[in-house]
Amino acid sequence: MAIPLAYNFRNLVVRKTTTIMTALGIALTVAVLLAILALVNGLRTALSATGDPRHVLVLRKGSEAELTSNMERGAFQVIKFKPGIAQSKSGEPLASLEIVTVINLTSVDAPDGINVTLRGLTPEGVELREQLKLVAGRWFETGKREVVVGQSIVKRFPGAQLGSKLRFGRGDWDIVGVMSAGQSAVNSEIFADLNQVSSDFQRSEVLSSALLRATDVVAADALIKDLSSDQRLNVSALSEKEYYARQTISALPIQFLGIFVSVIMAVGSGFAAMNTMYAAVARRSQEIGTLRVLGFSRGSILLSFFLESVLLSALGGLIGCLLVLPLNGVTTGIGNFVTFSETSFNLRVTPLIMAYGVAFAMLLGAFGGLFPARMAAKKEILVALREL
Amino acid sequence: MFRHLPLILKNSWRNRRRTLLTILSVGVSLCLLGILMAIYHAFYFSEPNASQALRLVTRNKVSLAFPMPQSYREKIRQIPGVQEVGISQWFGGVYIDRRPEHMFARFAVEPDKIFTIHGEMTIPEDQKKAFQQERTACIAGRPLAEKYNWHLGERITLQGDIFPVTLELTLRGVFEHADNPEVLYFSREYLEESLPLGRRGNAGTFNILARSTEDVPRIEKAVDEQFSNSPVQTKTETESAFSLSFVAFLGNIKAFLLSVCAAVTFTIVLVSANTIAMSVRERVREVGVLKTLGYTRGAILGIILGEAVTISLVGGVLGVGLATLLAGVVRHAPAFILQLRMLTIGLPVAALCLLVAALIGLVSAFVPAFQASRISIMEALRKAD
Repeated sequence: MAIPLAYNFRNLVVRKTTTIMTALGIALTVAVLLAILALVNGLRTALSATGDPRHVLVLRKGSEAELTSNMERGAFQVIKFKPGIAQSKSGEPLASLEIVTVINLTSVDAPDGINVTLRGLTPEGVELREQLKLVAGRWFETGKREVVVGQSIVKRFPGAQLGSKLRFGRGDWDIVGVMSAGQSAVNSEIFADLNQVSSDFQRSEVLSSALLRATDVVAADALIKDLSSDQRLNVSALSEKEYYARQTISALPIQFLGIFVSVIMAVGSGFAAMNTMYAAVARRSQEIGTLRVLGFSRGSILLSFFLESVLLSALGGLIGCLLVLPLNGVTTGIGNFVTFSETSFNLRVTPLIMAYGVAFAMLLGAFGGLFPARMAAKKEILVALREL
Repeated sequence: MFRHLPLILKNSWRNRRRTLLTILSVGVSLCLLGILMAIYHAFYFSEPNASQALRLVTRNKVSLAFPMPQSYREKIRQIPGVQEVGISQWFGGVYIDRRPEHMFARFAVEPDKIFTIHGEMTIPEDQKKAFQQERTACIAGRPLAEKYNWHLGERITLQGDIFPVTLELTLRGVFEHADNPEVLYFSREYLEESLPLGRRGNAGTFNILARSTEDVPRIEKAVDEQFSNSPVQTKTETESAFSLSFVAFLGNIKAFLLSVCAAVTFTIVLVSANTIAMSVRERVREVGVLKTLGYTRGAILGIILGEAVTISLVGGVLGVGLATLLAGVVRHAPAFILQLRMLTIGLPVAALCLLVAALIGLVSAFVPAFQASRISIMEALRKAD
């Protein structure tokens, strides 16, 4: 027969100070882990929210990123009329020739500046990105030195507000609008007119990439195959979703560092939990004897102490979740090794990662509780009763 | 307090399992703290070594991803205090395949300048000559050559991604370079000739060697001022600052390190406080006995604090030892960050670690020790548990 869990609960309540201290130690360990997971999760959400399965990104063969890709106007004229591309309202193919480059914006936290992606595109490029919405202002006009900035840019850079000017390329540009695209990485980009940007950066003939909208997902696949196998073009095509999903590797160094830190911290807190549980076993020797006299088996004693340790650490895990909850929604940025610029995103503390945190804590508690519980179960009744 | 040292030691060793677990717990956490502090120290406080201190790197102000005209080299050379300046171009590209284990640094450099700028690099004279005379020659750092089991004369094919070319290189030399061992250098001339006309004449970075350390800050300013009104502006910084800009790119590492250090320290305080509180609670009667024997409040306070400090100091020593081992692992991590290549637990970091350990002992034991010293004899003796 199992010893009721209430017994363990009450014991934890009786030893308030010890319980709280041990749990807090575990909570901090879990908090470090969760903060990192929230960061990685936020970045992953931002990147996976970017891109449409019907969108096909065309890059120069061998290049992994829009930034290092080249696309000549001539090649684009061929690509544009490939079968399977959807049509815009005005009957043009929904294909956008784009130039992607990086500019440096300074902010209060970063006096040396942070790199931000600048994208030059045509009205078709804006039209084919259906997620894209204007939050304020209007779209840039063709042939004018005007830009529309992502909403994360507005938050991160006090100098980049609607109505103010940005200085890059050959001079000043007016910020005429603020755009939003859900959670996606487009929020940390700046959009402007293709020809204006390409002439400022002296790349009027050689641009970066092309984005196409296929009529549907099946057509997108066919289009990818068609483009990649076309020897004349020397391009590689891939789904836009896949392109952004690959960029999550940028979070790997931080993720690695965070997991490394939390595992070491967990070992430390595991020993601490073990200490607490050994003390509990020592203090409750008589209780253990009494329980045995009442007929509880060694197995039930083992289980009971083991569960108490897991319960204790689960409590720690829950406190850890509470500690990181205020981080939810905080906007931050990370250097993206594919775009060579900053991708902004919101930290996301989701129920799933909180569950990971609590599970991690319980695992740690299981490690800390196993040996003390075994010791408790091994006690001989008479010795246990006689111990002070 | 030293009078009571034998008693303190006896007390610490009484509940061996608890003491050992506490030492392990404190030791593991302090090891983490030590390594994080060492990283912080290496990033923000370390002095570059003599040859690094003389080197500067100039890059495109906007981003490393963009080139500068190669003509800048001659203008930089004319700045007073500049001893030598060479172009270095990150090639990227693919060796065998895209798997991360086949990723290492590859640079197109100027073979006649690289050995002057990186004076601490050593390479046999004949291999150096071979590299300088053959257009398609390359040289590799010893660890890199050993990793791939390359021998002199090895054919190495690099397929470009940033550059639309495929390079067929021949290994002509293996060099030793403590700061930057896993690198492949090849001739920039070969790269230039392979590129389409429109993409020639660019430089990724300029590596500058100053005549003396006094010249460094002046050169840093002078280069950027020289090009401040050009279409392509530059950013010049010392080699170590340049290396740190990669760290900064990863995110706010400073805040990350500091907040993790704070969390770790606080955890150790909790662990240690918990242990001391447990042992004091079990020994209230003993405190009564000691008081009866004439021990003063101060002595009792000292004995308990001493026990806590002893345990956490032993944990601290263990932590520093573990951190030293761990630093060896970090040194070999595949990160292109100069500062991590030389990571050691130096004396200042070790001393700080032990100081933190001692402080943690004091802080964590203060409340239980103070309560125990204040308890009245009668009350203490009457406590059953």
